[in-house]
Amino acid sequence: MSIVDQAENAAEFINDRTHEQHLDQLLWMLRTRRDEAASRVPEWEQLRDLASQIKEHTLSNLAHYLEMFESRAKANGVTVHWAPDAHEHNQIVHQLLSDRKVDELIKSKSMLTEECDTRRFLEERGVRVSETDLGERIQQLDDQPPSHIVGPAWHKTTQDIANVFAKAYGSDKEKADPVYLAHVMRQNTRPLIERARAGMTGANFAVAETGAIVTVTNEGNADLSGNVPELRICSVGLEKIIPRNEDLAVFIRLLTRSATGNSITQYTSHFRAPRKNGEMHIILVDNGRSSRLGMEKFWPSLKCIRCAACMNTCPVYRRSGGLSYGSTYMGPIGIIMMPTFDIRRYSELPFSSTLNGSCTNVCPVKINIHEQIYAWREVMEEKHQINLVKKSAMIVAGKVLSNPTLYRMAGDTMEASLKVLPRFAIYNQLNAWGQHRDIPPPAKETFHDWYKKHRSQAT
Amino acid sequence: MQVALMIPCYVDLFYPEVGVATLELLEKLKVDVVYPFDQTCCGQPMANSGCYEEAQATEELFIQNFSAFDHIVTPSGSCTHHLRNKFTAAPDSPERRKISASVYDLVEFLHDVLQVREFPGTEFKHKVALHTSCSAIRGIGLASMSERVHDPKFSKPKQLLERVPGIEFVDFERPDECCGFGGSFSVTEEAVAAQMGYDKVEFMRKASADYIVSSDMSCLMHLQGCSSRLGTNLKVLHIAQILNGVTQ
Amino acid sequence: MNFRDTILENVRNNQPSARELPAIPKFHSEQPVDLKKQFTAALKELYGEVVTEPPADLKTFLKERFPSAKTICSTVPEYTGNSRPEDFARWSDAGSIDVTIVRSPLGVAETGSVLFSEEEFRVNTIGFLAHDIVILLDPAEIVENIHDAYCHPHLLDKAYSMLMSGPSGSADIGGITVHPAQGVMTLTVIFWPGAQSETTQTD
Repeated sequence: MSIVDQAENAAEFINDRTHEQHLDQLLWMLRTRRDEAASRVPEWEQLRDLASQIKEHTLSNLAHYLEMFESRAKANGVTVHWAPDAHEHNQIVHQLLSDRKVDELIKSKSMLTEECDTRRFLEERGVRVSETDLGERIQQLDDQPPSHIVGPAWHKTTQDIANVFAKAYGSDKEKADPVYLAHVMRQNTRPLIERARAGMTGANFAVAETGAIVTVTNEGNADLSGNVPELRICSVGLEKIIPRNEDLAVFIRLLTRSATGNSITQYTSHFRAPRKNGEMHIILVDNGRSSRLGMEKFWPSLKCIRCAACMNTCPVYRRSGGLSYGSTYMGPIGIIMMPTFDIRRYSELPFSSTLNGSCTNVCPVKINIHEQIYAWREVMEEKHQINLVKKSAMIVAGKVLSNPTLYRMAGDTMEASLKVLPRFAIYNQLNAWGQHRDIPPPAKETFHDWYKKHRSQAT
Repeated sequence: MQVALMIPCYVDLFYPEVGVATLELLEKLKVDVVYPFDQTCCGQPMANSGCYEEAQATEELFIQNFSAFDHIVTPSGSCTHHLRNKFTAAPDSPERRKISASVYDLVEFLHDVLQVREFPGTEFKHKVALHTSCSAIRGIGLASMSERVHDPKFSKPKQLLERVPGIEFVDFERPDECCGFGGSFSVTEEAVAAQMGYDKVEFMRKASADYIVSSDMSCLMHLQGCSSRLGTNLKVLHIAQILNGVTQ
Repeated sequence: MNFRDTILENVRNNQPSARELPAIPKFHSEQPVDLKKQFTAALKELYGEVVTEPPADLKTFLKERFPSAKTICSTVPEYTGNSRPEDFARWSDAGSIDVTIVRSPLGVAETGSVLFSEEEFRVNTIGFLAHDIVILLDPAEIVENIHDAYCHPHLLDKAYSMLMSGPSGSADIGGITVHPAQGVMTLTVIFWPGAQSETTQTD
């Protein structure tokens, strides 16, 4: 697969002024709401510390907690499967459905199933899959991946969504009203839910002491997907395990406040055992997580609880749109996770950042995101994933800046300095700076020149 | 007290007046300023691109030029952040560590070390939009961070500028959102960088600012470019220039 | 080796060095908290409603609040509806319920949440496929915060347990929260002490 050119995708998104402004303002509003919610919890920073420590403890004892979880879940009557990768995960799901002659599946939102491309795998094998989460449904109907891990369709205006529903459901295109559209969704999804024989969800958390999986939703679609059908499948990434309910409380207090600024979602649900007359299957999925666990600089990215606060605060994400990253996970957390899935395809993502560090400050589990972004740049360089033009510019810069005489010569003429100084930063065109900005006015003399003239001291 | 003055490469080449203001200001404060003439750059442009090998020789030159000094002062939050927290391209050595422990951003130096609280003879009768760079805020703690809602609010650059008669600070939206410069980012992600700059300039213009003032010329270079392209009247000044007595 | 063992071995080999599990405080407020007031305010923010006293006549109350409701599914002795959870052998049939009346054993002041499990619902779907839900909550069972809530045994030993916080909603369209989404349209909590001496009100 080709390298994602996030910068070019972002430039396209920015050209669409309506959509760029819509997204930027929506997500900044969520960042503001997050700040308000945090300010109402005096112990906010302490909760972040606890959340980080709980996750680090768990990840450092992950095998132990996975085994504990499995044994409790099994004792609860749940069947536990293990999938080393996306393909195996999808095959397990398909097997469960085909063994029971089920060809229709309702699902609630799960980024893990996006990662595994489960829907497409099943559809290619004749299973009709319906997303029940409103945002995911909109994207499914529009044949687009989610653009944000909490609000999959936040990049769309209400009119865009009215258009999608009009096309799919015959609703009124002129009624670009969120309440109306939510009703349209409800009306069209209820029948699917009511007749479903199989339901699939992800898990926000998996509690080792109880063997329960936890879903956090506003719509209730995970509760519907988990309770209505007789067959319930739950996909869980290895890193979702936490030790006890007591620990879970810390995350529940941080998650929604970080994501949208509400104190909690409408439904915080714990599924420990199959429903009456039902069966429950949990698939524990690795798909690169156990390898990432061994990466000294990057394993803390496994602490992520998928709140997307980093995306909401990221000034680059807000102006680029989530689809510009060409990846399952986007924005700051996406930059540090995606290279572990495909280092070549995502080799430029670590440069889609100004390293401003806002993401690290809002992360409820204190992942040092911006530091990991910086560290990935060095990895890309070491593994020769930096493009040749950039690399040769850096070589020139390195030569000039390490040689005082050469450097001063380059500064002697403005023309020369404009060629040298920006050259190490310019990878495509010499006048890339000038596309949207005016170039700095030329100085009559450098500071070196001034100093020589006016202070006559040389060390 | 003796300090070695470090002038960032882009200040040297494009904004030498900021270097001059820094030097004059320190001299006014009775600091013995030494300017190692063979200095070039702190290595940040290469290191931030992951090119540590290419940064190494530059950083080694820096160590050669500056390791003899107990205080290194530079009018740049981003260079200070790099030298203090990311100066690792050259092999570890007592000299390299000394550099990291001895470097100060100008504002830090004035506020924390010299503890200057008065700037006699200065005046700046203008509306100022104060911009503090991300390196300065989150890298070296020059001001409180908006994300950390429970931390006490403070700003060292503001505390210094408040001592200059006539200054009026304007409140503008998203005060500590990144301006979009980001070093090489400003060229590699040119469209996003420019949009971030435009948005910030627009927020400042809406707040009726006359000047954008910062302790980082790199941000100002970017914002000035955006501002003049947008046709706004906002001018830029480095904090050193105001504290050194520039009136407009 | 099977998948399970391979995965576990990879995990074991790659685990970072051991870190301690921290002790989790309860974070109770140092000032006395009016739990009922805080619960009411928190639930209001999530578009739920609180009725602070048991209505004199629950039947009238329901008729006034839900004038077009026909099927009322009650699990509480305080009111006999015209259907019970056991009537919905197919759990998806609970979609025909207009109003579910149920008692919750626990409320959370911090978030306006109420706790449920299969014990209260008996058929879980009556909690979300119904059009509206009315919840009886003994105000003496309101705890201060989420840390307290997670001490409740339901969350440890029930097959399904859930903290319900307001009627269903979604912010998926433009970030604006709209109600309802897939679940109940409205949620009303009535502060109703759990004494068994209340006369049963019938339909």
